[in-house]
Amino acid sequence: MSLITCTNLSLGYEGREIIRDLNFSVNVGDYLCIVGENGSGKSTLMKTILGLRQPFGGSIAFGDGLRQTEIGYLPQQTAVQRDFPASVWEIVLSGCQNRMGRRPFYGKAERDRAKEQLERLGITELSKRCYRELSGGQQQRVLLARALCATQKLLLLDEPVSGLDPMVTAELYRLIRGLNREGVTIVMISHDVAAAAEDASHVLHVGRELFFGTRDEYLRSAVCRCFAPGGGAGA
Amino acid sequence: MSGLFEKLGTYLAYPFVRYALIVGVLIALCASLFGVTLVLKRFSFIGDGLSHVAFGALAIASVLKMTNSMPLVLLITIAAAVLLLRTGQNARLRGDAAIAMLSVGALALGYLLMHLFSTSGNLAGDVCSTLFGSASILTLTRAEVWLCLGLSAVVIALFVLFYNRIFAVTFDESFAQATGAKTGLYNLLIAVTVAVIIVLAMHLVGSLLISALVIFPALSAMRLYKSFRGVTICSAVIAVVCALLGQLVSILAATPVGATVVAANLAAFGVCCVMGRVKS
Repeated sequence: MSLITCTNLSLGYEGREIIRDLNFSVNVGDYLCIVGENGSGKSTLMKTILGLRQPFGGSIAFGDGLRQTEIGYLPQQTAVQRDFPASVWEIVLSGCQNRMGRRPFYGKAERDRAKEQLERLGITELSKRCYRELSGGQQQRVLLARALCATQKLLLLDEPVSGLDPMVTAELYRLIRGLNREGVTIVMISHDVAAAAEDASHVLHVGRELFFGTRDEYLRSAVCRCFAPGGGAGA
Repeated sequence: MSGLFEKLGTYLAYPFVRYALIVGVLIALCASLFGVTLVLKRFSFIGDGLSHVAFGALAIASVLKMTNSMPLVLLITIAAAVLLLRTGQNARLRGDAAIAMLSVGALALGYLLMHLFSTSGNLAGDVCSTLFGSASILTLTRAEVWLCLGLSAVVIALFVLFYNRIFAVTFDESFAQATGAKTGLYNLLIAVTVAVIIVLAMHLVGSLLISALVIFPALSAMRLYKSFRGVTICSAVIAVVCALLGQLVSILAATPVGATVVAANLAAFGVCCVMGRVKS
């Protein structure tokens, strides 16, 4: 049974349809990369899966006991966050809120969980630091830790490496690969086809032409060659 | 110096002065708590817009010759807050433009109404006291004081209970919503609470200066602290100290209450800026 199955999905924003008749599914342990030009609807697709937007048509089904609120999400950074006074600890802990029910305050279970995720991502020593003073790579680790507090099953990452330098980018990809090996299903938006080709198990290409299949199928496909001539062909 | 304290003692012997002090401090405290969220969510001006709506509502109440204007003013302001929040979401009329329009529109209509229908001989004085607060805080009735105390207690309790939720919704609304938080509900809660605070604060500083109570303590605290908790606590402390000092000074120096409290906040902001520089 798939974690997510999208059937004949059409979506867009402000009444304008940008993707139509999209079919794909995500299984446990997959590493799906969503690629496509700017404005092709990658982020909108992610927001629709998360329930932040309503699809125009078609359906999104969740399986394997996954509930919609059990998806960890790494959004693109907003202007608000860049000068937000918050400690790393406060942010990571806030990821535990979906398991608190009606309780107003965090308990020991939530604190332990947050500590675990800090440890897992190697940022325990940052926990008292102010979020806005961290480097881009460190900030992404903090947001990853928060997402992992919310779920261990599925992470949706929206361009996690944008604005990071190559070293930090490689480091973050390594980290995400590691999480995937530990059993976390990954769905990642990326404009970086080469990276997608390296780590992903499946690729979803959105734009004028839709494509969904395994990485190897994608690399052989015409869509890939048009989109990134030469890029990733050697992988 | 001892003369000053004696004078203060004489004033504090009057119950209405004590009421005013307590109510003033509580209102400033409530405003500062939610101010942190408003500033961080880029809603600094919502306080301004809503206070002008409250001014318009007050004008309507006085035209209707209502003896107790509070319920009507509260109702209209809450409605405006909810409306502003809605327009912020569907983006056809962008947030800042909507607030600006509502704000000046209500101000103009309110003044127009008061001008057309006012029975009072001192229209300029009435308008001035609603806009700048003047001495109206000293004329609070016992019932109003209890209402203020009750509402402040509710506001503070709501803030404490929803503190973690408010943090999550302020820091990253999409993440909170994606992981199942009812962000619409929390935004509504914030809007309604802010409307209540603003109606309360009108008595203290008048509708033109309310924004200062909402945003100054938060901005000052953000110079000094780097965690949400630190900023929240610090802004509450700053708000209480400024409200207390401002009111005491205004009693002793016979200056307008609202303006003095705001001046105290301005001074605190300056001090925090300097301290922030020195610290870093």
